[in-house]
Amino acid sequence: MHDDTMLRIHRLSKHFVLHTQGGVRIPVLDGVSFELKRGECLVLDGPSGAGKSTLLRCLYANYLPSEGDLWVRQAGSLLPINLASATLQQIIEFRRTTLSYVSQFLRVIPRVSSLDIVAEPLLALGEDPAKAQDRAAGLLARLNLPERLWHLPPSTFSGGEQQRVNIARGFVTEKPVMLLDEPTASLDAENRDVVIGLIRESCARGVAIVGIFHDAQVRDRVATSRLPILPATTEAIAAAA
Amino acid sequence: MKPLQPLLQVRKLAKYYGRRVGCEQVSFDLYPGEVICVAGESGSGKSTLLNTLAFQLQLDGGSVSYRLRDRGLTDLATLPDATLRELWRTDWGFVRQNPRDGLRMRVSAGANIGERLMAIGERHYGAIRSTALGWLARVEIDAERLDDPPTSFSGGMQQRLQIARNLVTEPRLVFMDEPTAGLDVSVQARFLDLLRKLVAELQIAVILVTHDLAVARLLAHRLIVMKNGRIVESGLTDQLLDDPQHPYTQLLVSSVLAT
Amino acid sequence: MSAMQTGYNFGYLDEHTKRMIRRALLKAVAIPGYQVPFGGREMPLPYGWGTGGIQVTASVIGPDDVLKVIDQGADDTTNAVNIRSFFRKVTGVATTEKTTAATIIQSRHRVPETPLREGQIMVFQVPIPEPLRWLEPRETETRTMHALSEYGVMHVKLYEDIVRHGRIATTYDYPVVVNEHYLMRPSPIPKFDNPKLHRNPALMLYGAGREKRVYAVPPYTDVRSLDFDDHPFSIERWEQPCALCAATDAYLDEIILDDAGRRMFVCSDTEYCAGRQAAGHKGEQAA
Repeated sequence: MHDDTMLRIHRLSKHFVLHTQGGVRIPVLDGVSFELKRGECLVLDGPSGAGKSTLLRCLYANYLPSEGDLWVRQAGSLLPINLASATLQQIIEFRRTTLSYVSQFLRVIPRVSSLDIVAEPLLALGEDPAKAQDRAAGLLARLNLPERLWHLPPSTFSGGEQQRVNIARGFVTEKPVMLLDEPTASLDAENRDVVIGLIRESCARGVAIVGIFHDAQVRDRVATSRLPILPATTEAIAAAA
Repeated sequence: MKPLQPLLQVRKLAKYYGRRVGCEQVSFDLYPGEVICVAGESGSGKSTLLNTLAFQLQLDGGSVSYRLRDRGLTDLATLPDATLRELWRTDWGFVRQNPRDGLRMRVSAGANIGERLMAIGERHYGAIRSTALGWLARVEIDAERLDDPPTSFSGGMQQRLQIARNLVTEPRLVFMDEPTAGLDVSVQARFLDLLRKLVAELQIAVILVTHDLAVARLLAHRLIVMKNGRIVESGLTDQLLDDPQHPYTQLLVSSVLAT
Repeated sequence: MSAMQTGYNFGYLDEHTKRMIRRALLKAVAIPGYQVPFGGREMPLPYGWGTGGIQVTASVIGPDDVLKVIDQGADDTTNAVNIRSFFRKVTGVATTEKTTAATIIQSRHRVPETPLREGQIMVFQVPIPEPLRWLEPRETETRTMHALSEYGVMHVKLYEDIVRHGRIATTYDYPVVVNEHYLMRPSPIPKFDNPKLHRNPALMLYGAGREKRVYAVPPYTDVRSLDFDDHPFSIERWEQPCALCAATDAYLDEIILDDAGRRMFVCSDTEYCAGRQAAGHKGEQAA
């Protein structure tokens, strides 16, 4: 794997078997392959339901790939690992040191303030708590989250406010790979521009990004490459009775 | 990433009640600082597993090995009682479902926290007291309650006192048996948040038994699902809950109101 | 030696019983502070009146022994008188009130002020032998705790004392560690007497009749009272000396003299006090 290559995905396939629905088999991804280099922003193109989020979740190891290899380069390590066969400890470490993931929805934890939620990935890397809080505050300010919300848990925030906390949490570290799933969906134009700025700055610093953006304008302004994701060709197959 | 050594190694653990299977064929490794949740419904064998691992029940098959501070990975069945009991006083903790089972109800909160210290030879009253005060602050109990017995505490406070009592010797492994069952929802949130912070701060490995998948989602890195005494599926918590493979896991996840 | 009452075996107990108790005592001496179970017999007085001590004395006493019996330090209280009389009847041995003249001293709740010497045997009457019973009701568990020296829990009790009273409030039956291993109850002697147990030249035997346990502290054994580094063990002190013999180093009893609340402090060890008076020491209230 080339030194600059952060991800090398080879014939990734993913299907689901829903035992609660009689064992119906639902194919989603079919033999996806691509490479991602430092500084690239790869945008996943495709209609809704085609499997874009599924692909991101496979990269995050949140979904188990059904077939294929997912070679990833870890921060501070020479040898890449294959997520399809890595140990749980390797995956946990990979997430901690190498990967940022901004999912579509913020997972809210009771009692934890938005500032603490944003600072947490930095603390997991051993950063000084005061510095982590400073950096978190800086990002929230840039994303125009009112300061009065910083020390509150986000459970009562609006969708857009929660999403900004989520985005700040994704950008607070300088981890080399980032996954973005519809980060601007609930944002107004001004904050959309902030996010575009954050993405472009990160790419300029060498972060490799895979992203899903429903807004074509955003896509055009951040993408360095695109990957079409088409719905799986084989139909859902009901299990034999 | 430097290769880590497991803290606990479980191989084909089995416990039977006569002909009935309590648990069998249980194998897994636990690494320092990892939180594993063992989930399942009543009768799944999760409590049997926990109690057998913690050597409260005699195991009937397989082995449990623990990495002692001075000796490396050692089969616990080969250790004399005295060593095991010392492990219990220092390097292990057990947070019980009912705080009355895990606390001395008739002595003060300070004595409850200080007991482990006194058991390992701490002989300075003032030092014991100030350590106990420090821990009360960490588990968010008012310092004024230091000399009160736990009988005067609410359920949530008793559970938090139980955490302090167990963590004061900074154990490397803590067992927890449904620690939030019976707590009100808001009380539970406070308890779980506290646990999350302390476990991360002290890098404690935890084996947590619960039937509540939301607790697993919040606290655990890894999840083991049990049914009829056996492990049906295991993996990263978020992966198991978001992409369950086994039919039973899918059933369990889909049955929960909100995870 | 006075005439022994006929119809009883020497020492009241049969020879097999005495041998059984002596075996238990040997084991107790071999393991200082360890509670040894024994087969307690029916004695002619109920539990709580010294049956354990009496059985120990009965097992070790011989025709040439000289017996002293005290109760709370005094030779002339009802219990001491009765027990002394009992042994006179069933053994015919000589009895005495002088500590120095005795070979066996059975005592309830005091150690004599007069220092003991090699060859003497102290027999203590013990109500509850198990120091951990207050905390742990299960016998299986307390035995394991003793075997593994798990005594942290005893310090919990002392800690609680300091919390509640500002100091360790136990003033009698104060727990000690014997020979740096076993935790022991020295019987309800005042803590004033605890230091006397440390490396004492005499043999100390303890008998609990109701609980059917004996234990022992052999001569010259380390006996250390529990405490905290910042709350060290200390004995009782009085502001004035004994009103009868002016002793400043003895345990004093408080005696209320009249309804106005006047009181005087006198040695609890009556023989010691009488001896000092006979030697010319006179306190304020001396006759």
